[in-house]
Amino acid sequence: MRPTHDESDHTLVAPTTSRSIQLTVNGETYQATVPSRRTLLDLLRDQLALTGTKKVCDMGHCGACTILRDGKAVLSCLTLATACDGADIRTVEGLSAPGGALSPLQQAFIDADAFQCGFCTPGQLMSATALLAENPTPSREEIRAYMAGNLCRCGAYSGIVDAIERASQQG
Amino acid sequence: MTRVVKTKVEIEGRVHEETVVVERDEPAAWEAGREFAQVGKSANRVDGRDRVTGAAHYSYDMHPAGLLYAAVLRCPHPHARIVALDTSGAERLPGVRGVLSKNNASDIPWYGGASKLFDEELRFAGEEVAVVAADDLDTARDALKLIKVEYEVLPALVDVEKAAAPGAPTIHPKGNVLVDEEGKRGDEFSRGDVAQGFREADVIVEGTYSTPTALHNSFETHGCVAAWEGDEVTIWESTQYIFGVRGRVASALKIPVSKVRVISEYIGGGFGSKGQTLKHSVIAPLLSRMTGRPVKYMLDRHEENLLSGNRGQTVQKLRVGATRDGNLVAIELETLCNIGAYGTWAASVPGPAQELYRCPNVRTYTLGVRTNLGSHSAFRAPGHVEGTFALESAMDELCRQLGKDPIEFRKKNYAEGDQVSGKAYTSKYLLESYDLAERLHADAGPPSLEGLPPGNWRVGTGMGSQVWSGGGGPPAHALVRLNSDGTVEVICGTQDIGTGIRTALSQVAAEELGVPLDVVRFRLGDTQKGPFAPASWGSITVPSVGPAVRVAAEDAKQQLMEIASYFFEVPADQLQIKDGHVTVEGREEGKRSIGDLLSEVGDYMIVGKGFRGPNPVEPLRTWGAQIADVAVDLETGRVRVLRVVAVHDVGRVLNPKGLESQFYGGILQGIGMTLMEDRVVDERTGLVLNANLQDYKVPTMADSPEMIVRAVDIPDTAANHIGSKGAGEPPIIPTPAAIANAIYDAVGVRVRHLPVTPKRLLETLVPAQLPWSEESGS
Repeated sequence: MRPTHDESDHTLVAPTTSRSIQLTVNGETYQATVPSRRTLLDLLRDQLALTGTKKVCDMGHCGACTILRDGKAVLSCLTLATACDGADIRTVEGLSAPGGALSPLQQAFIDADAFQCGFCTPGQLMSATALLAENPTPSREEIRAYMAGNLCRCGAYSGIVDAIERASQQG
Repeated sequence: MTRVVKTKVEIEGRVHEETVVVERDEPAAWEAGREFAQVGKSANRVDGRDRVTGAAHYSYDMHPAGLLYAAVLRCPHPHARIVALDTSGAERLPGVRGVLSKNNASDIPWYGGASKLFDEELRFAGEEVAVVAADDLDTARDALKLIKVEYEVLPALVDVEKAAAPGAPTIHPKGNVLVDEEGKRGDEFSRGDVAQGFREADVIVEGTYSTPTALHNSFETHGCVAAWEGDEVTIWESTQYIFGVRGRVASALKIPVSKVRVISEYIGGGFGSKGQTLKHSVIAPLLSRMTGRPVKYMLDRHEENLLSGNRGQTVQKLRVGATRDGNLVAIELETLCNIGAYGTWAASVPGPAQELYRCPNVRTYTLGVRTNLGSHSAFRAPGHVEGTFALESAMDELCRQLGKDPIEFRKKNYAEGDQVSGKAYTSKYLLESYDLAERLHADAGPPSLEGLPPGNWRVGTGMGSQVWSGGGGPPAHALVRLNSDGTVEVICGTQDIGTGIRTALSQVAAEELGVPLDVVRFRLGDTQKGPFAPASWGSITVPSVGPAVRVAAEDAKQQLMEIASYFFEVPADQLQIKDGHVTVEGREEGKRSIGDLLSEVGDYMIVGKGFRGPNPVEPLRTWGAQIADVAVDLETGRVRVLRVVAVHDVGRVLNPKGLESQFYGGILQGIGMTLMEDRVVDERTGLVLNANLQDYKVPTMADSPEMIVRAVDIPDTAANHIGSKGAGEPPIIPTPAAIANAIYDAVGVRVRHLPVTPKRLLETLVPAQLPWSEESGS
């Protein structure tokens, strides 16, 4: 029995086209030439050197790559970079000034020990930022429901709920 | 006076001897009841700011100039031989800078010599065929489609029982099952006379229990970035063991270890899977050398779940006998462990049966079985989670039949000393764990049912206990530097995989030095900077590295006092240091800071050296008990864990806040394994069907129950001089058993196969009809 496994189909190799876009990330304007199939996640990490946003599943399953696009939480691994022309993007690097005071939410994450390895933390912070923008005083049940799409394999969930609750109380 | 000694070190149930350097006498142990300034106080993580701002740079984030990206062509069959391989199409694609495969790679032995870095015979779907390095990841992936491979498909086995059966096709050069040095199948342990024990038993519980293959799903996948500078290679690697990677890469590339620098400053989880060195750690440097460019080779989520390790499935045949008055008289356990294609060891599934309870007659037999699936690896208390699930389920069944209280029954069978070695333990506070867990559970009152969706919910309570190692040992070394600006640096080749080691061990250094925590900077995860430290596995880091850090701090403090003695004009032993300031003992005035003193002596830098001393001869164990409250919906078979109370004896607690997080995390992963986690394999094709985070279920925030966690917090001064034992693994161990027993309490169904999915529970509930049915139980 010798079935041939041959995937060498040249038609499967997509022609590479690129597009020039302009977008705002954390208040800075960037101009970038991006291949048409590049995700926003890869643009941020590989072209703009903003590696705070993490790649975990790259399939929209885990929430780790969550960023704010025009104020709304979106999964950057499922967002094509070329679709972000003119967009206003906010990432974890934009939650506080470098070396400056942390946002109440960031500080609450530290105080509540709301992370262990920290790899999901940027996504958690961005989802929580979006939650508090939509609902400044969520109940614990509302926090749990809203945040259920942001997985944490270390199991820091109870600290995350505490942190968001604390941050919400600080307004 | 430097001397060399031999000492025994136990890691995850396996004991080996180490020959280690002892630099000088060790300090006296921090006694029980001692007042501390830093140790035992809840501290925020010292790297918290970096982790919440995106400033923490993980290996995945490294981006040296000229970076290439690697993508991998993987075998689509569970067992096949490459008949023909043509990579020329890939090599011609613009943007491709290098391709490595069996056609051009040198023969580097892998998997203990059973295979090669690029072998012709491939033993699981996902094994490496060719690796492409290109200017970007999309191009590298495109190139894979241009590689032509012809495979001869070979017989494959993915079922553990079929692979172990006589007459099964051989799938590994060393056979399908693990054999000992004399060629005997499996691993046998026996004490007393089990047959006689069962004759004495009034009640016998017997059953087959199974646990699923669980996938770690560390959030940062395995992988690395490799870059050469001259004849030296730097590898930013997501690993639990930088020195392990260094040694493996150096031997594979046949270069001295000092030419390999492995850096792992931040690691996105490991849970045991990153203690091993996978092929990418060697392939990335090879591709980088071939192309003259740095290479990033990170697994994607699918790959991570195929080949980076797993908690292998177990099938356990367990028989436990007790007398009418509740004394255990016999335990017999036969276990099959699925160790995947290239496993070389079996997890310590029989450990709890051998040690957790006093029992004169015990026989265990463990057989590691190879299958055409990704190899297993350590996964948070490997073996003990699985073995405890079966044993503690049987204990629950026994005490139901005998009409005993679960905790009283366990206390009655309390084992004073280690029945395997015949020695006393360094410490054992299991009785205290039972009492505290029981009290906390009682104080908490009935669990809240708030938030449960509508259903016919039944509530139940169950418990489980835990034994595990966690003593660590030498070699482990550390340096403590006191700088002339008053800052302190701890330098150590350990790793912080998310456990909070940086913080807890900074507390140890600050405590010993008498300085505030915020002047301490803990530098870890760099083979070129840090003295040797062991892998971050087996709950060994705190008890191995902690004492080394304390000794280094003590050495540095001594040197500081000798320098200060010149300026204070009193002997060094009359000086004290507190909050970073030196004074004459008993006086407050005239205090001088470390920076002030050192800048007067030519910006002198003090370097203190520390080591971990030899282990005591007594075995060391961690202990604990958990009580779970669950709700079961009779209509859907859905289980909700409402609350888990966890109490563990892990010696002295360094940072209560960090420890609580470890407990929460262990419990959560235990819930996952009990209720949802299961790598699904299609037996017909031998392929994994759910190698992603959508179909492989891990607990979400909505699954997180109320958790009440506590440490007994009594120092083990016989274990080491900081009195701490390991804490990372104990909290996952009793969780599945406690939940399974709580499910029985709720609906009268004895769960013997994990995970307890709604489907599986409904199938059991239907014949049992209702919890009060005569047919309930399995």
